[in-house]
Amino acid sequence: MSKRLFACPVDGLPPGTSMTLDGTQPPIALHRTEQGRFFATADTCTHEEWSLGDEGDLEGDELVCPLHLARFDLVTGKPLCLPATLALDVYDVVIEGDRVFVVTAV
Amino acid sequence: MSILVVGASVAGLRTVQALRMKGYSGPITLLGEEPHPPYDKPPLSKEMLLPDGDGEAILLATEEQLTELDVDLRLGVRAAALDVAARTVTTVDGEAVGFERLVIATGATPRRLPGTEHLAGVHTIRTAEDAVALRTALPGASDVVVVGAGFIGAEFAAAVRLHGATATLVEAQTVPLAHVLGAEVGRRLADIHAAQGNTLLTGIGVAHIEGDERVQAVVLTDGRRLPADLVVVGIGAVPATDWLESSGLPIADGVECEADLRVIGTDGIYAAGDVARWPHAHYGFDVRIEHWTNANEHADLVASAITGSPPPRTQLPYVWSDQYGHRIQIVGRPNMGRSAHLVGTVADGDLLAAFTDEGGALVGAVVVDDVRAFMKCRKAIAARAPWTGVGLVATR
Ligand SMILES: Cc1cc2nc3c(=O)[nH]c(=O)nc-3n(C[C@H](O)[C@H](O)[C@H](O)COP(=O)(O)OP(=O)(O)OC[C@H]3O[C@@H](n4cnc5c(N)ncnc54)[C@H](O)[C@@H]3O)c2cc1C
Ligand code: FES
Repeated sequence: MSKRLFACPVDGLPPGTSMTLDGTQPPIALHRTEQGRFFATADTCTHEEWSLGDEGDLEGDELVCPLHLARFDLVTGKPLCLPATLALDVYDVVIEGDRVFVVTAV
Repeated sequence: MSILVVGASVAGLRTVQALRMKGYSGPITLLGEEPHPPYDKPPLSKEMLLPDGDGEAILLATEEQLTELDVDLRLGVRAAALDVAARTVTTVDGEAVGFERLVIATGATPRRLPGTEHLAGVHTIRTAEDAVALRTALPGASDVVVVGAGFIGAEFAAAVRLHGATATLVEAQTVPLAHVLGAEVGRRLADIHAAQGNTLLTGIGVAHIEGDERVQAVVLTDGRRLPADLVVVGIGAVPATDWLESSGLPIADGVECEADLRVIGTDGIYAAGDVARWPHAHYGFDVRIEHWTNANEHADLVASAITGSPPPRTQLPYVWSDQYGHRIQIVGRPNMGRSAHLVGTVADGDLLAAFTDEGGALVGAVVVDDVRAFMKCRKAIAARAPWTGVGLVATR
């Protein structure tokens, strides 16, 4: 079973930025690359505790944790370099009209 | 292929992890002088000194993860010599450990003040034992002297305040960290000590330490005598290459390596972390970097070279330091430029310093408590972009 979670209007998240979705547990982050594509991942870096939605950084299709510079592939969640060794969970993103939804397991 | 990694801390353990992540499934032996399973170093002068913390070392991998890594972990074993031709490392117990690929990850050893090796109350900070001893001593300490106001000295001085005592920092340079950040920015960072109730004495050296079994005072080169019952010495570290002296490897302030971290003139011998000197791809000249992310990047680089995987992208030098509840982040090489912009203070958590070269390109930045500004600077430095384009100021 899965459930759709309204994240934000398409214009609510400028390209090149990320946000943490309110009330998600474990927290989920929504990212929009400079090219305008949306991705959703677990919000917490898999190395130590750090919110990637509030304070992560996007470089192309990669997500960089600013604390110790671990990088993750936005598509697969896989760690691209140390110190991260574990993948971030990734979630499907659905856009309907001008609304962005994240698909989570129930 | 059998791989031997010497040094079981950040660079060593991470190399093992990176080898497994890149699909190498053969035997790996990890040899470490310290008796503990691999643990992290930066917390030694931070979390591990907190009065309300548990003082435990922070492990780099859980027991379960170590088991999964399927590594022959030999702790409490010091490598004594390397025989390049025979492809063996001899331990202090005289055992010869063979290898096909060797990774040297023995890090650095803190400099001490001569003649203080056996004096109680005089410490350096590099091991879990050091941190535990300091955390035990801090609650009863009244006269704390910190020799050297670099990152480790500054972090320790901050911890002293948390234990209700005050510290006197003694720094040989006229301005702490001036060789890295220049005088103007170094001074601004150092202001935090006085603001937090510690005393900073600069441009002055230590003549000698008084005390027979226990330290009693630190005597300065101008004759001043600082009573002391606890002294921390943070005056830098030297690469741990003593065990390689007879090996014939090229050593000059670190083990000299090619761009892929293979030791120059060798086959299948690599170095990683604080001990390695290599041509940094962004700069094109040799550097040796004593920073945590560098040890991680080296692990990736060495594992790529050994497994024949594509090398990771070059990253800029980066170091952070936590002082008095503030996080200082430094990226690039500030001393390759001049301070072009300086605002804020550490105490207010809004310091931002930008360093530019003669052409106006950003070459380094110091940012306090502002991750977003830090990431912007990092990107601009990597792109060799002008400071004015970072979006943090309209113009200079
Ligand atoms: C107190 C402290 C605070 C720090 N804080 C920060 C920070 O905030 N930010 C940052 O970026 N960096 C920080 N650093 C630097 C960072 O921790 C180092 O760059 C990193 O630990 C380097 O890893 P390494 O594995 O190369 O060396 P090390 O961590 O020094 O590890 C080398 C290991 O090899 C072992 N060894 C040495 N010789 C032998 C031998 N002959 N045989 C077997 N084993 C041997 C040693 O016992 C040690 O365990 C800090 C360092 C210290 C000491
Ligand atoms: S917390 Fe993200 S890299 Fe360390």
